[in-house]
Amino acid sequence: MSRAGSGSLPRYILQRVLLVIPMIWVILTLVFFILRVAPGDPVSAALGGKISPQALEQRRQALGFNRPLIAQYWDYLSSVAHLDFGTTFSDNQPVLRVITDNGGATLYLTVAAFVLALVVGIPLGLIAGRYRDSAPDVVFRLFGILTYAAPVFFVGFLLQFYVAEPLGLPTSGDASPITIFEVPTKTHILLVDALLSGNGAAVQDVLKHLVLPATTLGLLICGVFIRLVRVNMLQTMQADYVEAAEARGLTAGKVTWRHGFRNALVPVITVVGLQFALLLSGAILTEETFNWPGIGQKLLYYINNRDYGAVQGIVTFFALAVVLISLLIDIVNALIDPRVRY
Amino acid sequence: MRRMLSAVAKPFSETTGLARWMLVAGVLITAVFLIAAIFAPWLAPYGFAQSSAHGVEFPKVGHPSSAHPFGTDRLFFDVLSRVIWGARTALEVVILSILFCVVLGVPLGLLSGFYGGPLDRVLVLIMDALYAFPPLLLAIVVSFLLTDVYGGSVIAVSISLTVVYIPQYFRVVRNTTLSAKEATYIEAARAIGARDIRIMRKYLFGNVVHSVPVLGTLNAADAILTLAGLGFLGLGIQSTAAAEWGHDVSRALADAGSGVWWTGLYPGLAIVLLVTGLTLVGEGLNETLNPTLRRRRLLAVVMPPRDRTPVQEVQR
Amino acid sequence: MSIDLTDEVVGFSAQEPVISARDVRVWYGTTKGAIRAVDGVSFDLAPGETLGLVGESGCGKSTLGRGLMGLLPEGAKRDGEVLFRGRDIFSLSPKAAYQLRGRELGMIFQEPLTRLNPLMRISQHFEETIKQHEPDLSKDEIRNRALEVLRLMGIPPTRYRSYPHEFSGGMRQRLMIALTLVLRPAFVVADEPTTALDVLVEAQIVQILNDLRRNFQTSLLLITHNVGIVAEACDRVAVMYAGRIVEQGSVADVFKNPQHPYTRELLRSTISLTTTGLNYIPGAPPDLIDPPDGCRFHPRCPDAMNVCAAKDPVNIARPGGGRVECWLVGPEEEIPSAGRQALEQEELTVVDEA
Repeated sequence: MSRAGSGSLPRYILQRVLLVIPMIWVILTLVFFILRVAPGDPVSAALGGKISPQALEQRRQALGFNRPLIAQYWDYLSSVAHLDFGTTFSDNQPVLRVITDNGGATLYLTVAAFVLALVVGIPLGLIAGRYRDSAPDVVFRLFGILTYAAPVFFVGFLLQFYVAEPLGLPTSGDASPITIFEVPTKTHILLVDALLSGNGAAVQDVLKHLVLPATTLGLLICGVFIRLVRVNMLQTMQADYVEAAEARGLTAGKVTWRHGFRNALVPVITVVGLQFALLLSGAILTEETFNWPGIGQKLLYYINNRDYGAVQGIVTFFALAVVLISLLIDIVNALIDPRVRY
Repeated sequence: MRRMLSAVAKPFSETTGLARWMLVAGVLITAVFLIAAIFAPWLAPYGFAQSSAHGVEFPKVGHPSSAHPFGTDRLFFDVLSRVIWGARTALEVVILSILFCVVLGVPLGLLSGFYGGPLDRVLVLIMDALYAFPPLLLAIVVSFLLTDVYGGSVIAVSISLTVVYIPQYFRVVRNTTLSAKEATYIEAARAIGARDIRIMRKYLFGNVVHSVPVLGTLNAADAILTLAGLGFLGLGIQSTAAAEWGHDVSRALADAGSGVWWTGLYPGLAIVLLVTGLTLVGEGLNETLNPTLRRRRLLAVVMPPRDRTPVQEVQR
Repeated sequence: MSIDLTDEVVGFSAQEPVISARDVRVWYGTTKGAIRAVDGVSFDLAPGETLGLVGESGCGKSTLGRGLMGLLPEGAKRDGEVLFRGRDIFSLSPKAAYQLRGRELGMIFQEPLTRLNPLMRISQHFEETIKQHEPDLSKDEIRNRALEVLRLMGIPPTRYRSYPHEFSGGMRQRLMIALTLVLRPAFVVADEPTTALDVLVEAQIVQILNDLRRNFQTSLLLITHNVGIVAEACDRVAVMYAGRIVEQGSVADVFKNPQHPYTRELLRSTISLTTTGLNYIPGAPPDLIDPPDGCRFHPRCPDAMNVCAAKDPVNIARPGGGRVECWLVGPEEEIPSAGRQALEQEELTVVDEA
């Protein structure tokens, strides 16, 4: 009866981790075969016409394309297990390097957008759900629907046109050339590097460049948060324990705060975690809109160069990230909600 | 007929407050775009890739004028015409991808739910893996693979969207099949010796196919955003193949710096409006059909003055 | 519309009643019209007394309990007069109603599993409840009071900091009772407190409710469909049918000498050790949007007379104490000349019974 507390938490985490492994295997298999059954020869698609047929054949040999498919599949799985995502065909770089070089920009863009979405979306959703059909509910919901319905690039277009011009905010890239020149690269996260360098002007410049892209991406996620939090709040306020709290004479404010908001936010954690996929989709569009030098833009660059190696590596990385983030969310959820551990 | 009408009207008549207005507004907006899509050839002043009329070339990036109310773009195309034709492209892509999803997803879901076993487990794992993928990323990868085959056509984009949305169809059909399989009439059909194929076709299919239109409506808003995203990234439909709003906005982005607003504003607004309309329909339906969110239109309780006052009668 | 007949209604009460309900109505709004779930109910409850409220499902028992507490869904309306120690609680300001709730009026619910906030420890439930009503108490005092009630409910102090999901159903119901009683409310509504529990646990809870009087001097309105529990735990019983209390009086007398045919049939349909066959009341409770004219039980009543379908029965003193509403009992002078003839009942079809 009293196997309470944190005793069962490690076991729960272990269980979840074990469940993730087959999922990762299936995703990797899917990525490999989808990209391999593709018509045409990947190597000549990326390099065709640029180098001699002999060199092409050599590259093909070096990349293992002449070996049986099953052997290639095995190579792929074992190298991913060693965190080796292969090399790009067009410029012959390790994909992991591409990811570490460009992932930093994507990381702080998405984190900034996510924080913005949380700070704006959760309070608005809670209020809309608590005061159903009131004026704030109507306004916030409409806001939520509109920010979801407006494509990232269109919001970007409007911001560039109506906000960036009057305010003099930059609309392209993550910093001015001088900042990039002055700030030494340590973490590959420009914002962190700028802070580390102690160069005030550089930090300001980086933040200025961040405002519009983060707002654009943040608005998209914010709309989803408002809707999710609102529905959860609505359903929580109908729970039996909320009525029981009312029956004990707790004031409406306390019932809303202690039994409504808190309980409504627990399922939101899970759903918020699921928005990582949406965040990634949005990040690709935001980077393209604002010419943001992140991993999404890099992916598009390789796609336009028909570089199967790079696409496969980057997609593999994203797939792993999605699975691991959902695992992380489950674990956080178990830490917060005592029921989950059973 | 009458029963059907009342079933359609039920979400409207039984809801109250915001949910009702959302539903009405959403249906109206969606209807406007549907009309634009169906009657595009008659409604649009020009073709979607027409750069001259009556031997007169359209201006390049021309200001909105009486001849071109929404102006013209860099490729000399009439923006208004492309906005209207864009509705038709969106409709075509959504319908095609729903069709593909049904043709592939329904049989797979039926088989998976009906037979279970290893086939079911493998299919479920694959579909779950597809579902876990960021939708736009998946669509990008599929478009990338298809560029050499159907590149830049409506079909290619529809296939990309199919891969994104098929897990949902599969899942719904599989779960419905699983529960329907246990129903008494299926047992009865088995008892009289009906063959599996016949049971699936005759008894299960009808049961399962109901959920398709609902799922299609719920996914349509998302699908249109994905379509526009692909177009914006240049992985969707090419400008001369069809009018596609996302691609038009991406071309307009270059104009924003030079003070040209009309090439991006109108196609962008079209996306926002249509997605808003479809979302309103989805949310409105959700609030009327989902019992935990539903708020019924209650008749006001009017308590008449007491007609039974037994206590007084005793005292009299 | 206040009618004073305290000594008339309650046979035994010499004390001032804690709760005195007069002609209470609670109606629900629906899409088709108002459901008259409670339609003119009067009763009194003395300090420390337990009144059992019995009837079939859907007769308005729970609605009455919730109506008294003020826990009604959107679109519902209530009226009438409920005096709590002389104050009409139906006409209180929302703030005053909140202050009364929990402190003076408590409620125990049917499903203990979902009534505790899963994210809060038991201790936090007690703390927020006590703090709400007695903000000056220190944390230690709160703890002592909570532990004292928990001890009475048989829950060890070691479990004070546990989460709700760590308890069984029966323990959770005892927690709910403890949480209700910690503020020593003068009046508690217990809405089917044992229905969701198994039989052994049920006996335990009934025992606890039985001890309430001794331990807390609490007046209890015990809502149940289980006649056996009423016999065990209640002083008086009120039988409800289709939104009306058709008969009320002391448990011993009502059960020995039921005056209303519905009470009689309800008692016959309960299974006891001496039961030889199963009895049931044919038909189903009426539609409360448009209840039958006259006595609401007349379509199912084996003894129905012509007058029953035509005139509302009169609430009169019950022979042996209490009140009853049935033309069989009287008053004679109000029954028209042909009214005594047996009513020709429409055959209850199988469909009706289903």
